[in-house]
Amino acid sequence: MAALELRGVRKQFGEVVALRGLSLEVASGELVSLLGPSGCGKTTALRIIAGFEHPDGGELLVEGRDVTRIPANRRNMGMVFQAYSLFPNMTARENVEFGLKVRGQDRARRQRRADELLELVGLGGRAGRYPNELSGGQQQRVALARALAIEPAVLLLDEPLSALDAKVRLQLRQEIRDLQKRLGTTTVYVTHDQEEALSISDRVAVMSEGVLEQVGRPAEIYRDPRTPFVAEFVGTMNRLEGKLAGPTSVLVGEAGVPLTVQAGHERAPGEAVLVLIRPESIAVEEAASAAEVDSARARGSLGGRVLAFTFLGPVTRLVLDTDLGPLVADVPSIQALTYASGTLVSLRVDPAGTHLLGAG
Amino acid sequence: MRSRAPAPSEPAQGTEPDATRGPALVAGPEPPRPRGAGRGARRKGRASAWRWLGVLPFFAYTTLFLLVPTIELIVKSFEGPKGSFSTANVSRLFSGEYLSAYATSVELSAITAAAGGLFGLFIAYGAVHGRLPAFIRPLLSTFSGVAANFAGIPLAFAFIATLGPTGVVTSLLNRAGLHIYNHGFTIFGMAGLSLTYIYFQFPLMILIISPTLEGLRAEWREAAQNLGATPAQYWRHVGLPLILPGLLGSTVLLFGNAFSAYATPYALTAGYINLVPVQIGAILQGNVTVPNPQLGDALAFGMIVIIAVAVTLYVLLQRRAARWLP
Repeated sequence: MAALELRGVRKQFGEVVALRGLSLEVASGELVSLLGPSGCGKTTALRIIAGFEHPDGGELLVEGRDVTRIPANRRNMGMVFQAYSLFPNMTARENVEFGLKVRGQDRARRQRRADELLELVGLGGRAGRYPNELSGGQQQRVALARALAIEPAVLLLDEPLSALDAKVRLQLRQEIRDLQKRLGTTTVYVTHDQEEALSISDRVAVMSEGVLEQVGRPAEIYRDPRTPFVAEFVGTMNRLEGKLAGPTSVLVGEAGVPLTVQAGHERAPGEAVLVLIRPESIAVEEAASAAEVDSARARGSLGGRVLAFTFLGPVTRLVLDTDLGPLVADVPSIQALTYASGTLVSLRVDPAGTHLLGAG
Repeated sequence: MRSRAPAPSEPAQGTEPDATRGPALVAGPEPPRPRGAGRGARRKGRASAWRWLGVLPFFAYTTLFLLVPTIELIVKSFEGPKGSFSTANVSRLFSGEYLSAYATSVELSAITAAAGGLFGLFIAYGAVHGRLPAFIRPLLSTFSGVAANFAGIPLAFAFIATLGPTGVVTSLLNRAGLHIYNHGFTIFGMAGLSLTYIYFQFPLMILIISPTLEGLRAEWREAAQNLGATPAQYWRHVGLPLILPGLLGSTVLLFGNAFSAYATPYALTAGYINLVPVQIGAILQGNVTVPNPQLGDALAFGMIVIIAVAVTLYVLLQRRAARWLP
């Protein structure tokens, strides 16, 4: 039985349809991320799970029990909000204690529990501080401890790292994941940051315009996107239009440039397809002259030239004008040191890194 | 810590001029100052002076029309008829009609500050957090701005026209079988006056408490709810403590607003209700048996003391309640 289940949940705000029959199952102890751009309905879904919004249709089940009509304060769900939501009139310890206090737990027990949790999130020495005396990262840690204090049936995280700086964000997301694994808390994590979702989730649910586009393990979402939206939203993807010429051959563009693709798809020759290629699946080599590019073409490579490049640390992202059309490729930065705008290159697309979708 | 050898580019120790060796060794040309450094400093000074010039009229105004009169008022409160030091006028505040005037003024101000404050608070909360149509907020703000300043003789007449013995509302109530004047109510009495005061008190509360309520974030309510709190628990532990400083400040302001009102009670009750501003007015107009302007000063001084006590109380409570404020 799923720890959390959404069955055909629908929600509309005036003319705007936020959710169009969302169905999702989250297993016990699993961390599922709802990933999508702003306005895709992921926060609405989370708020419906929390009980802050009521669905227009569908059901919400926790451990098989229908909680659709149960008010938020009786659902036993811990939530960490996007903005700092600590009660400013309470110290870190009092914030963590709050859920236990309103449940009537005695002072000594709830203080012990709050101290344990603050210790767990690395804030043991700051229990007596008010939120305005804590940094953004520390505040979110306290918020996490507060949400966990009530031993929630489901932990809900609504873009909890979006207000933090990059370094703290990286550190805290790993801490959240470690803590979630250690406690085995069923968790739903909302984010628009695909890197964040891919790095901490057991499964990722990609949403667009109130619809669940694809649910799967992070590597599956990245390597095997089922829709053009998922392909483009998760990571950077080159997208080429072509026609299937054989089981592993696609003729790209109007010129019909041949490209070898991965076998194993169930598409028929002659079918219009979209070929998706990740930037890291393109191997680039500098060519000294046009003749060298032609020679590489003769050996089955493609030709092109560098239009622009962006240094991204360990890799450099190249924008190339190629025989297939414009492509984006990632090369090790050490290799790209000599590249300039206009540098001639030969390139090879790894067939294992290609993915086919129907062009319709 | 180990000492390190001076780097070639660093001046070696002991080569700097030594003041103990006499003036000849320290005397020398000063290091050249960057060109325009003096002009820069002067310009900075002038800029600073210009900044102060902007608020100068405010300080001049408050000094001339607030500070100086207050000092004079305090000094005169302790003067006898011939200008010598006397505590006679201040002593009179603690007895008879003057003590009664203070008691009535404090009672009226406290009642109308509490009632108007509570009424205004609920309306403001409804407008800020009540998910009402968008046009309600500006409409309410405009009404409040006008109503908070609608006092004095027009307000008194408006209430006589509605709740006077032959007023519109009184007549309607009479027709409905509720004869309020038979039950002790009169617009010219304490209840009527309180009702009239509330008319300008609650809009003032709406205006001054709204920013505080706007600061009450929806996430706090939702976080409390999510952690299992009922609405009452949220208000008890979170909402009320958070708005308390603003609420206290606003109530003190309402108290002061009612305490100093003169035209409304005078027009409505013709001075029959014994209030401090009415007493001061009578002394200023000479409507007393023995003219004694210093007694008027003493009465005003008493008002300042009461407001000062209220403000001090507010500051102390706010400090206690707002430790969490940045």
